[in-house]
Amino acid sequence: MTGISILIGLAGIITAAAPIVFATIGETITERAGVINLSVNGTIILTAMVGFATAVTTGSTLLGFLAGMLVGGLVSLIIAFSSITLKQSQVAVGFVLALLCRDLAYFLGNPFMGLSGPRLSNFHIPLLKDIPLLGVLFFRQDVMTYLSILLIFAAWIWIFRTRPGLMLQGIGERPAAAFVRGANVNLMRYVYTVIGGALVGLAGPVYSLSVKAGWKGTISGLDGIGWIALAITIFGGWNPLRAAFGAYLFALLQWAGLVLQPSLPNIPSQVLQVAPFPLMILALLLVNIGNTEWIERTLAGLPEDVRRLIAKILRSLRASPPASLGVPFEQD
Amino acid sequence: MQKLSDRGINLLFQSGAILLALLFTTIVLVLSDAPPIEAYRNILIGSFSSWKQFSDVLVAWVPLLLATAGLLVTFTAGLWNIGIEGQITLGAIFCTGLLRLTLGGDVPPWMAISLSILAGMIGGALWAALAGVLKTFGGVNEIFGGLGLNFVATALTLWLIFGPWKRPGIGSMSGTEPFPMELWLPQIPGLRLSVWSILIAVIGIAIIYLLLQGTYFGLKLKAVGKNMRSAYILGIPTTRYMMSSFLICGLFAGLAGSIQVVAVYHRLIPSISSGYGYLGLLVAMLVNYQALWSIPVSLFFAALNIGSIQLPIVLKLDSALAGVLQGSLVLFVLIMQGARSRFTKRLLR
Repeated sequence: MTGISILIGLAGIITAAAPIVFATIGETITERAGVINLSVNGTIILTAMVGFATAVTTGSTLLGFLAGMLVGGLVSLIIAFSSITLKQSQVAVGFVLALLCRDLAYFLGNPFMGLSGPRLSNFHIPLLKDIPLLGVLFFRQDVMTYLSILLIFAAWIWIFRTRPGLMLQGIGERPAAAFVRGANVNLMRYVYTVIGGALVGLAGPVYSLSVKAGWKGTISGLDGIGWIALAITIFGGWNPLRAAFGAYLFALLQWAGLVLQPSLPNIPSQVLQVAPFPLMILALLLVNIGNTEWIERTLAGLPEDVRRLIAKILRSLRASPPASLGVPFEQD
Repeated sequence: MQKLSDRGINLLFQSGAILLALLFTTIVLVLSDAPPIEAYRNILIGSFSSWKQFSDVLVAWVPLLLATAGLLVTFTAGLWNIGIEGQITLGAIFCTGLLRLTLGGDVPPWMAISLSILAGMIGGALWAALAGVLKTFGGVNEIFGGLGLNFVATALTLWLIFGPWKRPGIGSMSGTEPFPMELWLPQIPGLRLSVWSILIAVIGIAIIYLLLQGTYFGLKLKAVGKNMRSAYILGIPTTRYMMSSFLICGLFAGLAGSIQVVAVYHRLIPSISSGYGYLGLLVAMLVNYQALWSIPVSLFFAALNIGSIQLPIVLKLDSALAGVLQGSLVLFVLIMQGARSRFTKRLLR
């Protein structure tokens, strides 16, 4: 493979990762506030369909993206209402919505199957596009890809470098303390759940209007991506930078699968496409195993220097969820 | 209102949920320019109009009920065994593998079938054990471990169908070479239904009902599910109980997968689990984890699935309508549960 084709491949990875970035950052924000939105898989499929249908009908990709955000926000509003106000299990409601939204997309999207529609065009950034290497890699992308990169840093700054972001961490970690500090915990949880859901709702149209343009019903190849996004959120340790790293790693693995395909003719393409999943389990194992009790017990029995080394490695990998993730907050 | 008994209020909210789900589905139908009454009528015709149709419903009911039965155990232990899809698939793979071993040999068919069902149960249990070990020893949430394993199971199926177990000539999405008829679970003449599989499903749900309602094990499992910490302090080995519940659910999922092979498809196909695992999760939520209720509810869900098959042919509608109705039903039941406890709380104040 020549240098330029590798470069174009890498630029393609940044494009392909954009929807996963939107979904994982959105989910990271929601979970930081203490709410799990398990509907991501269904939301992505439904918003892909809605975004495509809107863009086909109106001829405007912008309206397609807005429709996706609207639907994503609505779905997460259902989760917020039933879990925060009605105190139902977030996992139950989220899982039901994951299935319901998927089936809704397949049912309502039937008339739009296989239609040709508008797709996002690339926008080369003047001057920057001519920088060697970086120009091809970063500055000859489409608008949504630029936005996805900006979102990573914006979310990081918001969570870790601003006052409202500190409050956001507070309502996910110790809602009671945040409440004493004057935060309206449940209202903020509503707000962040819907913001996160709207960002997840952008992922769908980014697929149907750019990365995998079009709507092909059950064979759109979108089923499963949302579950991956949820896993990457955990892998990312609820930190936008680490989550984005996970998203790019996943896109890289999928690309590697496609590139390796011709040299491994005995393996059906479907097998290579799922290669990231066992790796995802492994990654989750590495991230979580440091939290288990038996590891601590085993480590205690080892010689001091070995114990220190292993503990150090595990600690660098470890990620702990916000302490009140999934726990409802009783304001009175 | 206060004179209404608890039961009455319950019934009121539950029928409210059903009405809302119907209303929602009707709106969805109207939105897509479809005649709602006609659509519902076609679902009913497709599932209940003849013995043949109804026997197809029963064919779908058996694996769904078995999956639900297994899930009732993991739910009781407070676990979300989303990996059940993969466990059904592994059951089907192990079952197919054993049947292939007996081909050409002189094993009596009844023995080959029984052994293959057993192998399928073991396969499902192994896959569940994997999710269980990841959860209890690796700290990996069973939802994500299970989901990952589901995708791996699908890949394994495809690899087998296109690789080692491919049909003579070239592998295809239609699955492996069908087994000869003597390796089928005996069927009712003219129908796809086997009395044996119905029997297995009924015995299966009875076992789970007795296990959860009538044994010490079931009681302890409930304690683990309700409050793991207190259960642990009370001296219940929580890790062992969680692992057992995974294993039992895996056995039932594997059994469902075996039935799909020996009684329905007679070969391994790419989507052998047919989504019954996820559907079983919905049923288990809907019956609020009561084993006996899962019998009629899973029958109703199976009827929706089978009835909607003819929607694309007759009305040019997507068969996903069944999923819309099932999903919205569970969603509104959950919402109404929450609304009811808010409502009763307000009355008590």
